[in-house]
Amino acid sequence: MTTTTLHSGVTRRQFMVGAAGLSFTILVDGCAALRPADRGGAGLAAAPADGSLKVNAWASLSTDGTIYIANPAVEMGQGSQTAIPLIIAEEMDADWSRVVIVPAAPDDKIYGNPGFRGLMYTAGSATVTGYWDVARTFGAQVRRVMMENAARKWDVPLAELSTEPSTVVHAKTGRRTSYGEIAAFAQIPATAPTIKPEELKKPGQYRLIGKDVMRVELPTKVNGTAQYSIDVQLPGMLYGAVLRGPVEGAAPASIDDAQARAVAGVVRIVRMPFGVGVIAETPWAAFEAKNALKVTWDRRARAFGHDSDKAIPVYSAAARDLGRAGKPWDTAGDARSAIQKAVKTYESEYVCDYSYHAQMEPLNSVASVSPAGDACEIWCGTQSQTMAVAAVAKALGIPVEKVKLNLTLLGGGFGRRGHRDEEFVVDSVLLSKEVKRPVKVLWTREDDVHNGRFRPLSVHFLRAGLDSSNRIVAWQHRVACDEITAFQDPVRYKGGGEKDFLAMAGSELRTYAIPNRLSEQLPQVTGIRTSSLRGIGFGPNKFATEAFLDEVAAKHGLDPVELRVQLLKNTPRGQAVIRAVVEMSDYRRARPGRGLGFSFIDYAGTMVAAVAEVSIDKTRGKVNVHDFWLALDPGIAVQPDNVVAQTESSIVYGLGLALTERITIKDGAVQQSNILDYGVPRMHDIPELHIRLMSTPNRPTGAGQMATPIVAPAISSAVFAASGARVRHMPFLPGRVLAAMA
Amino acid sequence: MAINFSVNGKPVSVNAPERTRLLWVLREELKLTGTKFGCGAGQCGACMVHIDGERMFSCLIPASAVQGKAVTTIEGLSPNRMNALQRAWLAESVPQCGYCQSGQLMSAAALLAANPRPTRDEIKDHMSANVCRCGTYPRIVRAIERAVREG
Repeated sequence: MTTTTLHSGVTRRQFMVGAAGLSFTILVDGCAALRPADRGGAGLAAAPADGSLKVNAWASLSTDGTIYIANPAVEMGQGSQTAIPLIIAEEMDADWSRVVIVPAAPDDKIYGNPGFRGLMYTAGSATVTGYWDVARTFGAQVRRVMMENAARKWDVPLAELSTEPSTVVHAKTGRRTSYGEIAAFAQIPATAPTIKPEELKKPGQYRLIGKDVMRVELPTKVNGTAQYSIDVQLPGMLYGAVLRGPVEGAAPASIDDAQARAVAGVVRIVRMPFGVGVIAETPWAAFEAKNALKVTWDRRARAFGHDSDKAIPVYSAAARDLGRAGKPWDTAGDARSAIQKAVKTYESEYVCDYSYHAQMEPLNSVASVSPAGDACEIWCGTQSQTMAVAAVAKALGIPVEKVKLNLTLLGGGFGRRGHRDEEFVVDSVLLSKEVKRPVKVLWTREDDVHNGRFRPLSVHFLRAGLDSSNRIVAWQHRVACDEITAFQDPVRYKGGGEKDFLAMAGSELRTYAIPNRLSEQLPQVTGIRTSSLRGIGFGPNKFATEAFLDEVAAKHGLDPVELRVQLLKNTPRGQAVIRAVVEMSDYRRARPGRGLGFSFIDYAGTMVAAVAEVSIDKTRGKVNVHDFWLALDPGIAVQPDNVVAQTESSIVYGLGLALTERITIKDGAVQQSNILDYGVPRMHDIPELHIRLMSTPNRPTGAGQMATPIVAPAISSAVFAASGARVRHMPFLPGRVLAAMA
Repeated sequence: MAINFSVNGKPVSVNAPERTRLLWVLREELKLTGTKFGCGAGQCGACMVHIDGERMFSCLIPASAVQGKAVTTIEGLSPNRMNALQRAWLAESVPQCGYCQSGQLMSAAALLAANPRPTRDEIKDHMSANVCRCGTYPRIVRAIERAVREG
């Protein structure tokens, strides 16, 4: 660990930081210099072939001034690949144009997200907020080590030194030295310097945070060179397709593969525990053979017999049966007795259909299992590097050290690529093992829909109690829905007190000053494949709570905006986004033939308020959304324009969920097949978006999905304002709108 | 069957079953992976290419149908991989996950070739053949308008 080898005359020193204790060790190593891409900003590189960057380190400095920073997050369009290294570079005072970003090795102990239970898991808009402290602290430690070395060399007090990008400056004598120069002689302390929180930069001192830099991978995304796992090409690679059972847990009962075998180019048909795999020389042969399979399935799996339309009344009965205790999620005071004592009570029911991620890149992966089956290399776009490696190791019965992950860009994630079993990655591993050659498994879009894992069907029964001063003093929200967390991540479910946070998140109303609250889950064990989906429980739960609040306001003669302001009496930042959106949308101005709907959410500390303007085609029941105003306060915006971009994205995603997107299930099987019959929004469906980013000097609280859940309640309330009809079943399909208006 | 056509100005000859879709020939035979597979049914536009200058869903076109024709993919959209549209795409920070963007750019290029000064409604109509699940639509509109403006 202390020998120095030199290549190209460059010495590289690596600073290692453990996730928990920030222990500080130094590795002096050598490697060929990687030049930042020639675009005036930070570059992007794979680990060099000599593998020396695979060691567990966050940053290393080359004597030529290049700074390598490890990125622990995956890039699926949300910008974390740029944001986390940028935060480290900020506190390092690194020259961003000399930064090269390298993927962090899959190791939770070093790179796990402290805000995501220590996992390398990119989801929940939790990356910037989760790494915020460690990334800044580590960057500051590197800067401190640079300064200490300069102080020693110049024999001046540390306190007299300051830094400019990649340079230590002694103002008194006008001396300057670059980080690259320091790297050539730096002595590294045995333990990391302690950085007190107050020693970190203040927002006013930021050079990078809060200024827009181009996301590092962006240029590759306009010329076709961006690499997704589906693009991986390996010598001798074969193609795989998998026919899965219609429901989770179904195994093939009989397989007639005579026609499939007859397809030219088919190499092998493989019986799998959960389906039938086809391996072929070309993708089209694999697809054709898969389509030619005739398979019957044993009917023991639980989800057989499940129909979504028949399930709704069952879930509804569970939610409404107050004698049935639910699993509590959010509790304050005594909601049940407070409702009984209330002067006036209201109740209502909301329903959300199953919904599908529809990430643009159908699931796929590439694997190359060694002939002996004792090692494996995989190429995939996963939301959790360490879960992918663990799932592959488990499937092969080999140690995780024998699995080499090549992480690619993700063609969209939205929660679909982070299940503990990583089934779409394991597919290619199992098939590669069969033929002892690299295999690229491709899911067709139809596979992606039919084998989808969905935001569950949910029925929400809500009750609110008001006192004689027209204040909401009691609140109860009962959610009957398919379980998510138990299916998606049984390890986390069991380890986390069997809380179904993916379903229940967002039903807590901590910001609203309601003294007596209860949200509880009536889990429906259906065997349906479920999943986190952009906004997780916030999507359905905020639809129900915010639309219901609008309903309470209307029935009780309260102003919906003033009601929220009153509920947010202890939350000035919430009030501020409300004032902003009211002003932006000119909310008090009546629009003949149009309706305005207002909504507010506190998403994990990010404050969001929105107004939708709609008109309704009263003959056909179509809801036209004309304008959508939104103000958000996510704390510090690390990349402001990207926060706006993520917000646009979140709104568009929310529009689809609110208006058109749904999955229906018949006898356990998915009835939709592709983009069109699922119904994702297109450009001509998008209203004018008006977004105001209201950064405040508070800890960043996330921006990747915060707007998605606010869209449906805002539109539901706007439909009421336009027509007097309350749409309580999402998506607001024309038939449902017509029925509500009848 | 042997299929002879040109891709990005270069003649190619491939051997593929008649019904094989052009998309897979481009991606897996010719290794031009910038053209993406999204739906396989002409519903999303991730696979958009130009055939003799017209935009086409390469996931639907049998490879045999391009016999003798000129195919342009994202890799051949501009000689130095950076035309006015691509510059505008970066200036507006359009891509998020990026997976659909090759198809979006090919659609936009076909639009401007036929209609150098499209109205906003014309842009929306034309570009609604393509799906972007990240919802970059507002930025795509702005980027096309910028490319028209800045040329």
